[in-house]
Amino acid sequence: MRRTKGMLTENTISLAAPRGRASPNADAPANMAVKLKVRGVKETQSDKRLAWIAQLDAVRDQKDRTAFAELFAYFAPRLKSFLMKSGTSPDMAEECAQEVMVTVWNKAHLFDPTKASVSTWIFTIARNKRIDMIRKQRRPEPEDLPWGPEEAPSQTDVIGLQQETELLGRALADLPAKQRELIERAYFGDLTHSEIASETGLPLGTIKSRIRLALDRLRHAMN
Amino acid sequence: MKQIKHHLTESLLMGYAAGTLPEAFDLVVATHVSMCDDCRAAVAEYDAVGGEVMLDMPPMDIDVDALAATLAMIDKGAPVPKPRQKARGVFPAPLQDYVAGDLSAVKWRKVGGGVSQMVLKTSGDATVRLLKIPAGTAIPDHGHHGTELTLVLQGAFFDDTDRFAAGDIEVANEDLNHTPIAEAGADCICLAASDAPLRFNGIMPRIAQRFIGI
Repeated sequence: MRRTKGMLTENTISLAAPRGRASPNADAPANMAVKLKVRGVKETQSDKRLAWIAQLDAVRDQKDRTAFAELFAYFAPRLKSFLMKSGTSPDMAEECAQEVMVTVWNKAHLFDPTKASVSTWIFTIARNKRIDMIRKQRRPEPEDLPWGPEEAPSQTDVIGLQQETELLGRALADLPAKQRELIERAYFGDLTHSEIASETGLPLGTIKSRIRLALDRLRHAMN
Repeated sequence: MKQIKHHLTESLLMGYAAGTLPEAFDLVVATHVSMCDDCRAAVAEYDAVGGEVMLDMPPMDIDVDALAATLAMIDKGAPVPKPRQKARGVFPAPLQDYVAGDLSAVKWRKVGGGVSQMVLKTSGDATVRLLKIPAGTAIPDHGHHGTELTLVLQGAFFDDTDRFAAGDIEVANEDLNHTPIAEAGADCICLAASDAPLRFNGIMPRIAQRFIGI
């Protein structure tokens, strides 16, 4: 795995906030930056994830092409790689990766950092694009839940989810090669659903519990 | 929200997140997830696994003008997507997309034994249909060659294993032989997908199967 272990450093991250969709006020200072003190090993890798969120916010709020270029530089080569592993030709993978990044731009306002890390969100776009462009099938998606009227998402929730996603990535990297390959093949489409093992060896459950709690709060607020 | 007792299996959750299930299964999963917060959260977690798999790919060289080409596509403009709101009615939104409406829009076709169905159009090897089983009626005893998913949308049925009510999903495979019976009271409406034909255990149902196509 190429994932490097975080070094012990102290960083200060700016997060553009609030992301609340209830404040369509375009005149509001877009840089009401929340200063987040993040320290230690675990958080260093989460910094990268918080930076992606800030970049996506800049795309959404200011149509910021520099921020987009940064996201593009990181994700497009990995998207292409992922799509090629799934059996797509290099040309098609390139085209598909570009389409994914166009969708990232167009859907930036729908991203919610309490529900997903940017990497997760971009993966779901790529997955759907692959089904659409390569398998030429429709992709039935669940209906969206009415999340509004929104307050700005809680920074604790945002950071918690980013850290949990980071830990999941670390756990994947640390799996024995055979086991990791099996999971990768499931996502490349090399396994049928009945071949997918129900035991992954990954520490699953944390992200699920966090999102489940958020859904409970939402249901409660709706009643 | 009603308490849902029967959920998706881990392999279906992961397959849905990976985007590798046949379209017919995707439809049943998306419909169940629309009704079930537990499975919605579980899919989100498997989405996260997919994101990490993607992140760990060795970066592949891309065209030098790829960014410029992407920005050019962005400049052409595209409709700005909106969140898809919760559907009103009995059927969740993904199912309404396939039926082109709610329960009242279903074009039922009688298939014998009081049971009606509507086959929904999907590509790929698996098939999916809506079934209406009158209260108190049984579907003939059958086994399965592949995997069969049965999601209850209205009413309830029970079989040898348990009772399944609205929102519950039964995942049946080769090992399960069962005779689902719709509970007395209301007609039971289900969304059922299968990646192989069912295997009926009596001679009469086997003959009937050729005509009713389930």
